[in-house]
Amino acid sequence: MRAFWYGYVTGPILGVLWAFIMATTLAVLLSFTTGEAFRPGLWGCILLGALVGLAAPENRMGWLLALGAAVLGVALSYTPFSPIHVAETVGMGGHLSAGIGFGIGLAWPVTVMMAGAPRGALNRHEWEEAVIRFLTGFGYIFFTAIVAIPFYVMVMTSLKTQGELIANPLDFSIDLSQGWGLFRSYSELFRDFNFGSYMWTSFYVSVLTVFITLAFSIPGAYAVARLKFRGQKALSRSILLIYMVPMIVLALPIYIVFSMTGLRNSILGIVMIYPVTTIPVALYMLQGYFRGLPGEVEEAGLMDGLNRLQVIWKITLPLSLPALASVSLYVFMIAWNEFLLAFMLLDDPSKFTLTRGIASLNSSEIPRQHLMAGAVIATVPVMALFLGLEKFMTRGLTAGSVKG
Amino acid sequence: MTTATPPKGRGPLARREARLAWSLLLPTLTSVMLVVILPLLAIFWISFKPVGLADLRPPAPVVREDLRDADEEVATLRYRIRNSSQDEPIRNTVLTDTLPAGVTVQALPEICTLEGAALRCDIGELEPGGRLTLEIPALLDGDPDALEDAIEDATPVEITGEADNILANFEFTLENFRDVFDAREFWTVIYATLFYTVVGTIGALVVGLFAAMLLNKSFKGQGVLRGLYLFPYVAPVIAVAFTWVILLDPFSGSVNALLVQMGVTDDTINFFGERPLALIMVTVFEIWRYFPLSFLFILARMQSIDHDMYEAADVDGASPFQKFRYLSLPMLMGILSVLFLLRFIWTFNKFDDIFLLTGGNAGTRTLTVNVYEQAFAVSNIGAGAAVAVVILICLLIFSWAFFRFISREEGL
Repeated sequence: MRAFWYGYVTGPILGVLWAFIMATTLAVLLSFTTGEAFRPGLWGCILLGALVGLAAPENRMGWLLALGAAVLGVALSYTPFSPIHVAETVGMGGHLSAGIGFGIGLAWPVTVMMAGAPRGALNRHEWEEAVIRFLTGFGYIFFTAIVAIPFYVMVMTSLKTQGELIANPLDFSIDLSQGWGLFRSYSELFRDFNFGSYMWTSFYVSVLTVFITLAFSIPGAYAVARLKFRGQKALSRSILLIYMVPMIVLALPIYIVFSMTGLRNSILGIVMIYPVTTIPVALYMLQGYFRGLPGEVEEAGLMDGLNRLQVIWKITLPLSLPALASVSLYVFMIAWNEFLLAFMLLDDPSKFTLTRGIASLNSSEIPRQHLMAGAVIATVPVMALFLGLEKFMTRGLTAGSVKG
Repeated sequence: MTTATPPKGRGPLARREARLAWSLLLPTLTSVMLVVILPLLAIFWISFKPVGLADLRPPAPVVREDLRDADEEVATLRYRIRNSSQDEPIRNTVLTDTLPAGVTVQALPEICTLEGAALRCDIGELEPGGRLTLEIPALLDGDPDALEDAIEDATPVEITGEADNILANFEFTLENFRDVFDAREFWTVIYATLFYTVVGTIGALVVGLFAAMLLNKSFKGQGVLRGLYLFPYVAPVIAVAFTWVILLDPFSGSVNALLVQMGVTDDTINFFGERPLALIMVTVFEIWRYFPLSFLFILARMQSIDHDMYEAADVDGASPFQKFRYLSLPMLMGILSVLFLLRFIWTFNKFDDIFLLTGGNAGTRTLTVNVYEQAFAVSNIGAGAAVAVVILICLLIFSWAFFRFISREEGL
């Protein structure tokens, strides 16, 4: 490893690696936004990356380096040694954005990575710092890409037509001049595929699930957290055990029983089953929170003549509103996203929940932009809730432990 | 003089508290009992039963009623009865119907009686797949069409009978387990399950750890990134799974188009249709979808690590990697092992992801998908239940390990 501990070795290596990362990122980005062909080039990346990496240590004028790299990037993009190959159909603008974007995206981060590192021998700290900065930069690009690309593709596909999608699968640019016409897949879903009713079913099933879950789990959680009785320990442990039974194993007998009793294909059956899958989670989250509440307040209430139920209603619940919000959000999310039970138990299109409705769109006869529009319709409400109430949601996720 | 001793046993107050606790827990316990414990017992029962999807509907008599020769002098009321099952007889079959006014019965078959307007026929036993037609001549008084409607629609005929239900009798078989273990793909299924579970769990942990290290410093936009990185977990599985399928589609998927354009491959790749690529891809999907969870937990733990330790390490001249290796990692070991055990079990239990991505084809059939395949695709509920029993036995072993190790860690 010590052979690498020189500014003029580490710099070019990190530079070349970063050049590849940058070139790939930009090529994907430009392809996805314009639909034109961009691809990273091997020799251009090695050349420019090594140059910038050599110049980066002890560099006091990062902007000059960036400028130079940008000019070189644009110039090289017309040669076979381009870091990003630009298709011939693309005009000047493509070359400029690829070259300048690459130059700046290469030079600036590499300068930051090598900041404080001398040209000559590096000590362990300087070398590790440089590597860590490189990894950090890579991490931001990597994670943002893997998370953002699927969602970007989901939204953009839903706004296109079948013809456009087949003509160029890479073209995600949208033609804003169509105005509301962009949303034709959505209006068709709501008009012809009954998605309005699916959404409403999903919504009220989820809300009912939240209320039923709370009604069952609040008293249960309070009992486990506050009251002393034999078997308390065993009980609070076995709540976790229920987590560990796979849903598909339960779904099979439930399917059989529901088929025999006629509860299959009914919203009543779904509303009966969903809360049971969420009660253990909710109970576990709530008992943890109840334990953290000061017991003295409740004892004061008891002294003042309230009975236990009144204590729960008048003291414990108002104190645990934040926890209730987290639990409700989490349960709502589980119920809204639930797929397996809805898929197995519902066959009648008039009773579909949203997830079941989307599953029914997955056939070769239905164009994929409809499928993606359905996916967007299911995702947007959860995302809106999540982003709007992120604090509660994150707390819910952490407290609800790792149920997936 | 008696000496004061502390009371032994439980006093009335303690008993009252315990009673209250149990009554508060009762609704939860009952519902969990009904939907978790009972189905688990049922699974064991069914796994020893020769039962297919078609057997779920118990054998029942079916009747159709019509009026013939309505425009002639003597019309005929006809009841056509059959047994819905080809295998099971139906006992004590009874047909009841109400005749509308204006219908006068001329002659009754022996098995039938008429009291006022109420017709009752004791058919007795119906053979498996047996059919029977009852014809009752009747005089009609009034508009034939209206009477026909009244007979056929207004007063529905009812028929009842008793039959054995395959699920309720005491006929057992080991056939299901033999089917499951002997099947050629059984070891493929086990391999796919193990690969998916082990690689998926470790992958999600490592990727989550990396993401947590990225965000374990405060800068502008940290909150936004944290929210963004949680998206894969929060979005409905059906939405993201279909997005992946479309993104990686071999014919018109963007990823294939991109790879071809960049010169990585010449032919398009069928990501979810080839062995062993399909198994790798579903595992990658699993890592992608669940890294946010480990990320969230590891980040929470990282932020609670005392900062003084790092300062002390700085004074001692520790390098960044050394600080990670000798300070952060030991502090994170607890949460990492808890996450590993929990995620291991839940990845093992995962069904919908693979089902939506590949449907269990191309070597991606895990045990849970196999339950569905056997029970619904092959229509052999018994075999599905047998696979479920195999899963439950594995889970018992896992939970034993889980409780042995988790009790040592700070509980989640």
